[in-house]
Amino acid sequence: MRKVIHYELVVIGGGPGGLAAAVEARESGVKSIAVIERDTELGGILQQCIHNGFGLTEFKEELTGPEYAERFIRELERGGIDVMLNTMVMELHHDRRLVVTSAEKGITEIHAGAVILAMGCRERTRGAIAIPGTRPAGVMTAGTAQRYINVEGYRVGERVVILGSGDIGLIMARRLTLEGAKVLAVAEVMPFSGGLMRNIVQCLEDYEIPLLLSHTVTDIIGRDRVEGVVLQQVDEKLNPIPGTEKRYECDTLLLSVGLIPENELSRMAGIQIDPMTRGPRVNEQMETSVPGIFACGNVVHVHDLVDFVTEESRCAGRAAAQKVLAKAEVADPPKIEIQTIAGTGIGYVMPQRITQAGAADRVTLMMRVKKVYKGAEISVSADDREILRKPFGHLAPGEMVRLDLSSGLVPSGSRTIGIEVIEKQ
Amino acid sequence: MSTYDVAIVGAGVIGTTIARELMHYDLKVVLLEKGDDVAVGTTKANSAIVHAGYDAPSHTLKGQLNVLGNAMYDALSEELDVPFKRIGSLVIARDASETATLEQLLENGKRLHIPGLEIIDGARAHEMEPHLSGKAVAALYAPSAGITEPWEVAVAACENAMDNGAELKLGFEVLTIDQTAESFTLNAAEESVKAKWVINAAGVYADQIYRMVAGERETFKITPRRGQYYLLDKEAGGFVNHVVFPCPGPMGKGVLIAPTAHGNVIIGPDSQNLSESDKEATETTSDRLAYVKASAASLMDDIPFHLNITTFAGLRGEPEGDDFIIEASAEVERFINVAGIKSPGLSAAPAIAVRVAETIKALMPSIKTNPAFNPIRRPRIRLAEMTAEERDAQIEKDPRFGHMICRCEMITEGEIVDAIHRNAGGRTLNGIKRRARPGAGRCQGGFCGPRVMEILARELSCDVTDIRQEGKESVILTGKMGKGGRS
Repeated sequence: MRKVIHYELVVIGGGPGGLAAAVEARESGVKSIAVIERDTELGGILQQCIHNGFGLTEFKEELTGPEYAERFIRELERGGIDVMLNTMVMELHHDRRLVVTSAEKGITEIHAGAVILAMGCRERTRGAIAIPGTRPAGVMTAGTAQRYINVEGYRVGERVVILGSGDIGLIMARRLTLEGAKVLAVAEVMPFSGGLMRNIVQCLEDYEIPLLLSHTVTDIIGRDRVEGVVLQQVDEKLNPIPGTEKRYECDTLLLSVGLIPENELSRMAGIQIDPMTRGPRVNEQMETSVPGIFACGNVVHVHDLVDFVTEESRCAGRAAAQKVLAKAEVADPPKIEIQTIAGTGIGYVMPQRITQAGAADRVTLMMRVKKVYKGAEISVSADDREILRKPFGHLAPGEMVRLDLSSGLVPSGSRTIGIEVIEKQ
Repeated sequence: MSTYDVAIVGAGVIGTTIARELMHYDLKVVLLEKGDDVAVGTTKANSAIVHAGYDAPSHTLKGQLNVLGNAMYDALSEELDVPFKRIGSLVIARDASETATLEQLLENGKRLHIPGLEIIDGARAHEMEPHLSGKAVAALYAPSAGITEPWEVAVAACENAMDNGAELKLGFEVLTIDQTAESFTLNAAEESVKAKWVINAAGVYADQIYRMVAGERETFKITPRRGQYYLLDKEAGGFVNHVVFPCPGPMGKGVLIAPTAHGNVIIGPDSQNLSESDKEATETTSDRLAYVKASAASLMDDIPFHLNITTFAGLRGEPEGDDFIIEASAEVERFINVAGIKSPGLSAAPAIAVRVAETIKALMPSIKTNPAFNPIRRPRIRLAEMTAEERDAQIEKDPRFGHMICRCEMITEGEIVDAIHRNAGGRTLNGIKRRARPGAGRCQGGFCGPRVMEILARELSCDVTDIRQEGKESVILTGKMGKGGRS
């Protein structure tokens, strides 16, 4: 017969999001918690991020990825939380039933009072952007290369071109250079980098690696292993400009062309997905459209800094705890929801809805702008009446914008909160 | 030097199904493949369709063998444990002249006795395919068309042939063939084999192989014709329910949109004649991919191209006469050409195999049957397709089936190890992908690649740095850290 076990809270994913959420839920009084992790250890992608720069906000010091993870793992190990490693969630249902599989225990069904989704994200691949050319070895995503190098201890190539200036691509440009490989160029199809400014300075400029903006790869050459790639300049509509082709002799092409939240389980449970973030639509408590299922970290929207993942995940952990600790029979109070709307210049706003009845004193709005702005303002309106305006010297899609909105600012009865960028005249 | 009754040159879907068919007889058979795996030529990159068979004229080999082959796929799929779904196909007409073409196809199909073939109106076609472009006015519906995975058919046929005694030599590129009155000697760089009979199933290279024995005589030419494809994520599954074709033209059946046997959506191919020597030109190009996209968009609306997970190109061998060449050479005794097997080659493959076996039988009446022939391939264990109870039992028996390696396709360590150790097992990253599907999903091996490499190295007792993606030089890792690279 199938084994069935019960937990008050199940956290799916043992990366930074899941760890912080689980610890916070325990501190909030939840007695039975399980963290389910498919890998052999906790910590998620942090374990392969051996560079520093983590924790500046959270711990006011510079840690490496494994160090940052270690602090939460130690917290977790203080007790009260079951960790299931090498365990894959096969099914998640809207009634918070899970089916998991592992070599040790076979198939287990789990019934949870609440669930927190913290599955993280995956990298976009060559296929997602349909780069033409041959299909040799030597084309891989920057994160996979990072794993081979930092965790497994292998070299992935000697002469490297990197497409995409997302943070992982920038970090890997430096990492490969330090290991003696030659990074010929980092190409970015947009006219601006998708990574953090500090990474552009510390990973490219310090090593004299050229960043070619408005460039993309238009051909891959080599039958068995990459022998070269063709970089080409693109116009404003991102179409390659004929005559600008330049061939680079290299054996490796790394791709850092974006991250996609991993929401296969969320879809299985019938959770609404935001087409812009590609993560669940959540309220300010990180609750998804399915009551009792929460989400945090990169599965909701892709973050730049792990510190903010931690903050968001604690919020999910607290809210899930509240749900679990409240009497199960008590129905949710009727809620009036405020929808957040991404206006001019804004790519997305998170949370997508604010549940007024449960609103705290303040809500942190997280958003990304669509392009680079120098000296602009972000305006927040409630039902089309401006309630807040804040100037920013520099806005870029690669740097998430956070705005704290105190609930006193929002007139009661408001139905929408709109955000837009106001460019200076 | 090893001696065989029959040497088959080329281990694609044609060579492997012929090998399996010949194991019905008391024959010593060897498959010679220049690649490092079976199914690495035309077989690994095509539309994966088992056509109903109304396209090719009823008097041609293509027409006749397609219909025969199609009817054999249910049993083949059952015996070899490969996917096959008879989902039906629609050829869409968008105006009166295209509707007239449908009538011709219907007539041809009737002559070939294709079951269930009918012309339906636009309304019914839209009902069957809600995303069909508004321009569709009628469709030819062929319920017998199906989908499969060509490389799985080839791998399975090869494995079953080997289970029944056939041999496979990988990395055996036939460079020259010497003839005597009784036999042929086929020479690769470092090895030779002797065989009484040769079957030339060398795909786009079939003309070169035949020229090795034809001497000064005039021979056929095989021109590579390239087709490029998009493959969409399983999230797009359900977008299309049948194999949907535009009306055929002079360059073939046109850009189709279809579900794959594993639940993805395939879109392609275009059709581009290459020069005779371009037999490895499987690169994709931006202009042709754009053409595929535009063609597909005129057939169906709102195609979710943003869910693309890979693009690829394949070559099919285009014969001069437009029909399959399946015959014992008139000039060279005991040499059988099976060449120009373009579409519908996959559909016809099992029937082609029978025809080749019959050709040999007719020329060698003394041939004995093999009473021990077992057509059944040991079924694979696929956790993702089991009930929870079955999975639990399997994991208890062998815990490696509980160790999930590929999160996108839900493939376990047990399935990968099995794919390595079967006859005609996988030795490369792509070889494992073709057999068990880790890396075939949306992350394209980003997460599972390192794990699969580790398992391959362990099971093959080699170093991880020796594991290749596909061909000889396709190393994935260039060395160990701190020890410098290869180049």
